[in-house]
Amino acid sequence: MGAKILAGAGDVMASRWTWRRSNWVVVMVMLSAAAPAYGIPAFARKYNLRCSDCHEAWPKLNNFGQTFKDNGYQLMTGRDAPIYQQSSYFPIMFRVVPQWHREYNNRVVTDIIPGNPAGGQVESPVTNSEFTTAGLDIFSAGTLYKNISFAVQPSLDNNGKFHLLTYFVRFDSLIDSRWLNVKVGKFELDTLISEKRELFLSNTGGFYQSYHFTPVGDRSSFGLGDAQLGAELSGHSSNSYTRYSIAVLNSGDGQVDAVSNSYDIFANFTQGFEIPKLGLQRVGVYGYFGQRPTFSQTSNGVPIPGTGSGNRSFSRTGVYGLWYLGKFDFSTFYLHGADNVFLGNGVSADQPANLPPGAVGPTWNGGFVEAHYTYNPQLILLGKYETVQMSRQANPATRKDFGDVRVWTVGYRWYPFMGTRAGLAWHQEYSRARTIGTAPLTGRDDVTSSFVMGFDFDF
Amino acid sequence: MGLKAKGVALILLMSCSTISHAQQSAIGKLTGKAKSGKELYRRYCIPCHGVYGDGAGESAPHLDPKPRDFTKATFKCRSTPSGSLPTDSDLYDTISRGIYNSGMPPWKPLTRQQRADLIAYVKTFSTRFQEEPPVASVSIPPEPARTPESIQRGAELFQSLNCWGCHGKDGRGNGPSAATLTDNKGYPIHPFDLTSGGPFKCGETSRDMFKDLATGLDGTPMPSFSTALQPDQIWDLVHYIQTLSAKSNKGYFHFAKSEAKPK
Repeated sequence: MGAKILAGAGDVMASRWTWRRSNWVVVMVMLSAAAPAYGIPAFARKYNLRCSDCHEAWPKLNNFGQTFKDNGYQLMTGRDAPIYQQSSYFPIMFRVVPQWHREYNNRVVTDIIPGNPAGGQVESPVTNSEFTTAGLDIFSAGTLYKNISFAVQPSLDNNGKFHLLTYFVRFDSLIDSRWLNVKVGKFELDTLISEKRELFLSNTGGFYQSYHFTPVGDRSSFGLGDAQLGAELSGHSSNSYTRYSIAVLNSGDGQVDAVSNSYDIFANFTQGFEIPKLGLQRVGVYGYFGQRPTFSQTSNGVPIPGTGSGNRSFSRTGVYGLWYLGKFDFSTFYLHGADNVFLGNGVSADQPANLPPGAVGPTWNGGFVEAHYTYNPQLILLGKYETVQMSRQANPATRKDFGDVRVWTVGYRWYPFMGTRAGLAWHQEYSRARTIGTAPLTGRDDVTSSFVMGFDFDF
Repeated sequence: MGLKAKGVALILLMSCSTISHAQQSAIGKLTGKAKSGKELYRRYCIPCHGVYGDGAGESAPHLDPKPRDFTKATFKCRSTPSGSLPTDSDLYDTISRGIYNSGMPPWKPLTRQQRADLIAYVKTFSTRFQEEPPVASVSIPPEPARTPESIQRGAELFQSLNCWGCHGKDGRGNGPSAATLTDNKGYPIHPFDLTSGGPFKCGETSRDMFKDLATGLDGTPMPSFSTALQPDQIWDLVHYIQTLSAKSNKGYFHFAKSEAKPK
């Protein structure tokens, strides 16, 4: 198997060169052929607008799209209520990405004798490639009535399981003020750099590490990019340059029947400003303050929902910016994470004696720079560098950089056509991640990489 | 260089200057550039207004009212006299505000510079912007107090000027002529329901309403009353129309109220 992998690596080296060369040809052809162009197509169909009206490149929103979203999926033309649509109109969108991808991991625990772990194990590099899909998104959203909006998003993951990613009802512009909107249900936090609208798709680069990072062994179970259950109060100026949101959320990271029985708080404030010749720039500040139980009552060994005890706190705070320099734009993001000592060490709060000597609450810093070059609405080049670094380990005996992550990703998306009914993109991306010291047997660095190419389409 | 050659050079220079003017827009301190506006137009405007600005975009067949045909340079919302070109600021206001109860949304989320650039590009679709000199806005005198007498005079004008012929006796947009009206391209057009509570197409302030009455809405049957009425009379009419425009149907809190309204 090892020899096979080695031979495969040689093939990969050779094919990379071919891949690079052929991609340059494709890119050059697209650069010369890209014509005027043109996102949630259900909205495009409702309003007869092109994807490019609301998206820099779908699914990433531009400010017009952000304002539309902030208005509760309303254009504010006086015709937003469903009564203005033909009765046959149903606001639904499907998104699926048939693709070919290649995954690599340099240190997979492998049985020396296949099928017999007792015979010894080693770490081996494993490469795997296949045709697949990234799952299926079904999204229905719109207005129930003037100034009452909704969203329902069942999602099929790549294991074929359905779950409800999003569902909410939102009362917009209460007492005729766009500064008062109330949303109840399960929804993505108001992070302006939306993970759900990220342009990257690969297993390695298709999410923000900073949004989901928890130190190894930590019990806080929280993802800033995960949809959360709760209620949100939000508001915005007429052009969405100034925005705020405050949410009260279940302490269960979006899971129903969670063990926890407490609530978390999330707050976000964003301010946009125009710089002559450069355009709109944005800065924002956010904070998530939550708690998690460290033990609970059980029934037959299974935790009983709502019986969590020994709650301990954690926080995620930071700043971000969206910067536009002509056709270039950059998203910058910084997060500071801090967990309570019991959460960080995975110890129940009623058993402090189990804490290792000198144990402290872990802290870390994460962030990324994501760059886009929008050649035109039909072609966008992508790059991202992300890092998460521990600044204090929960157990002082742990090496300082244990669990640190560094990821870089490059890619592009090409939209061969743009219309007011559907969207299609050809997507290619390569991403590589290094996690320090987490190889399961040797404690060396764990390296993964992903290459993906496929058709991202929605209707 | 002979006199004739100098003359030709002067004409060419003047033409270039006019063309250059038509390639730009000026809104306050902002200068919009058609070249930048072209890219924005391709991103945001083509589906409705079309590649050539003729209002024949792919979405046009599904829209009512139809998108504006920029090649005709006929614009509803102006501060300039009937039949004349709008000012750049008029176009800027229209793009920013949108046209209520149509497919045209408010484009205020675009930056000020982007809106100015779009206007510069929109102006390139008609040679009128090159050929005709800019026209000054009509003057709007200060609004007098809205008194019962002013409203009463406005009500009388509403009758005597036959406004009810289109807008209906109680302003619901259901006058005897309503069903027969068309715009300048022959498409059916509906008189504004003055009781709807919705914003007027060209702005909802008293000054905006004065402007509508003084300049008319070009391309529609709504005429200018600048010659038929004195400014004080236009203000009387504004005050009367404002009494018709009850704030109804503002949303779900007003559902019962709006549904209960007698027909």
